[in-house]
Amino acid sequence: MVPAINADWSIVAERIFSPDAIFWRALATTVTIAVVAQVAGVLLGLLSALAGLSRFWPIRALAAAYVLVIRGTPLIVQIFFVFYGVNLFLGLPFNLFPREVEILGLTIPGAAIAGTVALAINEGAYMSEIIRAGIQSVDPGQMEAALSVGMTRPLAMRRIVLPQAARVIVPPLGNEFNGMIKNTSLLAFIGVYEMFFDAEVHYSTTFKPVEYFLAVAFWYLVLTTIWTLIQMQIERRLNPAEETREGGVMARVRRLQWGRAH
Amino acid sequence: MEEPLASSSAILDARDVHKRFGHNEVLRGVSLQVQRGEVVCIIGPSGSGKTTFLRCLNHLERIDSGRIEVDGKMIGYRDCPNGTLAELPAKEVARQRAEIGFVFQRFNLWPHMTALENIIEAPVHVRGERERDAVAVAERLLARVGLQDKRDAYPSKLSGGQQQRVAIARALAMRPKLMLFDEATSALDPETVGEVLAVMAELAADGMTMICVTHEMGFAREAANRVVMMDQGVILEEGPPQHFFTNPTHERTRQFLSKIL
Repeated sequence: MVPAINADWSIVAERIFSPDAIFWRALATTVTIAVVAQVAGVLLGLLSALAGLSRFWPIRALAAAYVLVIRGTPLIVQIFFVFYGVNLFLGLPFNLFPREVEILGLTIPGAAIAGTVALAINEGAYMSEIIRAGIQSVDPGQMEAALSVGMTRPLAMRRIVLPQAARVIVPPLGNEFNGMIKNTSLLAFIGVYEMFFDAEVHYSTTFKPVEYFLAVAFWYLVLTTIWTLIQMQIERRLNPAEETREGGVMARVRRLQWGRAH
Repeated sequence: MEEPLASSSAILDARDVHKRFGHNEVLRGVSLQVQRGEVVCIIGPSGSGKTTFLRCLNHLERIDSGRIEVDGKMIGYRDCPNGTLAELPAKEVARQRAEIGFVFQRFNLWPHMTALENIIEAPVHVRGERERDAVAVAERLLARVGLQDKRDAYPSKLSGGQQQRVAIARALAMRPKLMLFDEATSALDPETVGEVLAVMAELAADGMTMICVTHEMGFAREAANRVVMMDQGVILEEGPPQHFFTNPTHERTRQFLSKIL
């Protein structure tokens, strides 16, 4: 037996160079869910990181439990739990994720919302650790100086600590988003029509796994490559070696600062 | 010394301050009164509690017992009806700190802001002053510490002495009633110590109330109204510098001075 590569390249080429409108919608769904879930995950992570640094132990314990449970269980289980389980679990009198929801004139399937929520919750646990490490990388003297001029802790966190922590947070955040793009494919299992679901539909009607899964793998690679290029740009701007122009890296960090710039 | 000072000109009145870190009692009953416009230098061997005491004065450290009043208001705590003390809400503590300038050994300038932005940060974001006004004040302060040409420089581009002078200007921008200096020159290269001490001496001459933890005996001798010697968590003795340096009462003080003078 001589191993041979068996693929109908015309199908692969068609899926890559002239995909149909349904595919483009699926790609848009993938990107949208990834972005929304990542943004929500960062916010959840920030909340959890701040809770983890709280002076009150019950709040710290809550944050620790969240991180422990989410990081210690499979993402696919979390997705199924949210979509199939949460309504029963919480005993809600209404369906949290109905078949379709109207938001801003758009009809969005409940599964997509449930999936986005699950991905965001999952991402929050990982971001929590990244953000906590970022905050702890800032010299405690920075916070003390802020307190000494009369800032409250929240203000000092926003104006002084987080802008400096961002420098440490951004590179791993980029890697997280790369993972997020790929993880959206798991939502196919709860029926979200994203890129992988689209490939599955074609596979199940044609029984040509090689062509359709190769093609969809290509598209994931395109998305993650584009993101990697963007990430390199961002990191280049945050790189200390770039300390050439006036202000250097810290001037750029400052642009990430919350609130008004001077 | 134990009797309450009736004089209304006492800006600081600390009484029997105790502070423990775990089992280690760092402050074992420190009392100090400082008059408005007075310059007090606190000296003593490392580990004597002088820095901890200074940090208690603006509630960067909690105290275990005793009381600290600045301008008649208790710092960090309020009296409870049952005779105990309760910590003030964070906002209230922040308001108190805004009126007490603190200069750190390691400057702690904010590296993502220019010299000018370091100085206007608190006036704008804590006091809510208009940026234009805060900038005008900041420029005057920069001139006062001799750094008007460095307004747009980031801290990483400044020498230690320059950074510390910006840090002093940053504290002054809040128009503090009282300035606390925590070994402000200990982290500096020898050649830049002088420029910071000069700024501090000028401040003292302008009538600012200052409490300086320092190892600079020359500064203490020249600028201080009173020198306080701390050892093992208590104040050993205090007095005007001329008396203090020539004729200390305590054997421990004599030993300490002989080692560093």
